[in-house]
Amino acid sequence: MPTIIVCLKQALDVAELKVDSTTQRVLTANAPRKISDFDKNALEEAVKLKEKLGGEVITVTVGSEKAKMVLKEALAMGTDRAYLLSDPSFEHSDTLAISYILAEGIKKLGSYDLILCGEASIDSYSGQVGPRLAERLQLPQITYVRALSLNGDTVVAERTLENCYETIKTKTPVLATVTKEINEPRIPSLMAIMKASKKEIITWSAEDLKVAKTRVGIDGSAIQIMNVLAPKMDRKRIVLEADTVKGVAEKLAKALINEGVGGR
Amino acid sequence: MSEFQGVWVFSESRDLMLELLGKGSELAKKLRVELTAVLMGRNVKDQAGRLIEHGADKVYMVADPALERFYIEPYTSALAQLVQQHKPEILLIGSTRRGRAMAPRLATRLETGCVPDCTELSIEDGRLVMSRMVYGGNALAKEICRVKPQIATVPPRVFQKLESRGRKGQVVEVDIKPEKSGTEVVETREIEAAKVKVEEAKVIVAGGRGVEKKEDFRILEDLAEILGGQIGNSRPLAEDRKWFTEWIGLSGHKVRPMLYVACGISGVIQHVAGIRDSQVIVAINKDAEAPILEVADYIVVGDLYEIVPALSSVLRRLLKGG
Ligand SMILES: Cc1cc2nc3c(=O)[nH]c(=O)nc-3n(C[C@H](O)[C@H](O)[C@H](O)COP(=O)(O)OP(=O)(O)OC[C@H]3O[C@@H](n4cnc5c(N)ncnc54)[C@H](O)[C@@H]3O)c2cc1C
Repeated sequence: MPTIIVCLKQALDVAELKVDSTTQRVLTANAPRKISDFDKNALEEAVKLKEKLGGEVITVTVGSEKAKMVLKEALAMGTDRAYLLSDPSFEHSDTLAISYILAEGIKKLGSYDLILCGEASIDSYSGQVGPRLAERLQLPQITYVRALSLNGDTVVAERTLENCYETIKTKTPVLATVTKEINEPRIPSLMAIMKASKKEIITWSAEDLKVAKTRVGIDGSAIQIMNVLAPKMDRKRIVLEADTVKGVAEKLAKALINEGVGGR
Repeated sequence: MSEFQGVWVFSESRDLMLELLGKGSELAKKLRVELTAVLMGRNVKDQAGRLIEHGADKVYMVADPALERFYIEPYTSALAQLVQQHKPEILLIGSTRRGRAMAPRLATRLETGCVPDCTELSIEDGRLVMSRMVYGGNALAKEICRVKPQIATVPPRVFQKLESRGRKGQVVEVDIKPEKSGTEVVETREIEAAKVKVEEAKVIVAGGRGVEKKEDFRILEDLAEILGGQIGNSRPLAEDRKWFTEWIGLSGHKVRPMLYVACGISGVIQHVAGIRDSQVIVAINKDAEAPILEVADYIVVGDLYEIVPALSSVLRRLLKGG
């Protein structure tokens, strides 16, 4: 029976972000956070596989104490064991460092068949942690998976590329990143939420993981962010109105022709 | 002087490789270093000349049967070995889905950083400054990489290729043993591609979830045809409704047409991130509060099923005259 590990990120809910209009800075400090969308698809896929094949789903996240919230939700969705990799020294880690922390956590967990991640996180959308983790653990990787099956030690996955779907075959252990297309994540029942709230979340610190301090946090990160600013959008925002549909269409058509549309 | 020197580019996509050379030669000139293209495949000799014509001073060519199809491990290992031998300071990788899967794996093997999907690249104080969209399109982040090589991935049609002219360069065949692939492709199914790439369209008439049935796209196609453009769509129409295989936005195609007409698209930030560079944006939406209205030049609050056909008929009349 398979052991499936899911890596979750507690991401900024980008739909709720506000911008300071004088500085053009994005206000992230108190912005709401949630399980990154595609990570939820990864978890759903893991739970579905468990329902079919038996086995165990383990969820891992790197984050602060606050990230326990997403692990609670993961437990409610069907995670058996939840791990928070957390240490003040992990703060401001980039994907190079995060993948190192995750890899050390996963090594400590022992053997597994499948690691699932989301295609990318909603807030930084870099799509790097999956492939980086696969490299660290010396696993084959399959990115952008839209359909997945596990049969004994054989994994068959269909992935979406720009101009084709590829069906990929490989043996476990393997790491796959999934797209939203793969499933519709369940909404846990109140019962499941209640039960989950009683389950323990295991926290591992830098010391528990025996990670090198020089390889985590700012020191262990290669990327340095110079600034993050909201782009200014200067649009005309002209509202076109008329008594009839035809009247509006006339106005819009003329406006477009004035803009040079239609080849003149 | 640092032991890392030179600008390298690689993409398995031939078109994108030329665009990388275009940007790469600008960066190389600024740094006064060589521009090198890495060419990998089974039988790629005939492509080297073209890379030189489009800006490469040098081409490292790795020809191996294991590189016939793009598999992660062989490609990553071949490129990693080359980089470890020659130590370029900058490596640009084409941001196709394959490139985006390989670049972080390579960067990890080299214990360095990688900034994905860069839309601006420049040199400041000898370092590569990379800009990309973050927070779902809410912001542009400027980043640098403290470790070398500095790796960036670059999406298609962000930078331009150079005109090809009689240039000279050196082709170096290298003998490198790629690692074996851990996966095997057992089947590929082509996705029917739009005739004109949506990034190249002058006019895009795009539909969102406000379009109720796939057949209804006919009214959008009609308008697109009159304007000499093509249709586009939001992500849910591809992923949830399966009407299309591609979409416009942060995670899909980033477009910059002269005119973008958003019909029944709410304008969630991830969609807007892909249309930001459009010259003129029109929003047709029945919700007077829809966020798309905030980012549009011309706004019509109403039913797309009425407005779009009416607009087509007026435009057909007006444009026929001249
Ligand atoms: C990480 C991430 C990446 C994403 N990337 C993308 C991306 O690249 N591209 C993308 O598009 N989405 C992307 N999304 C999804 C995005 O968040 C939105 O869900 C999506 O863009 C909404 O699509 P929509 O506007 O078609 O649908 P909706 O938000 O449902 O909007 C439908 C609109 O149609 C209007 N409408 C309904 N009927 C009519 C009518 N008869 N006439 C006129 N108007 C009508 C409604 O008022 C509404 O405004 C991403 C999401 C995440 C989390």
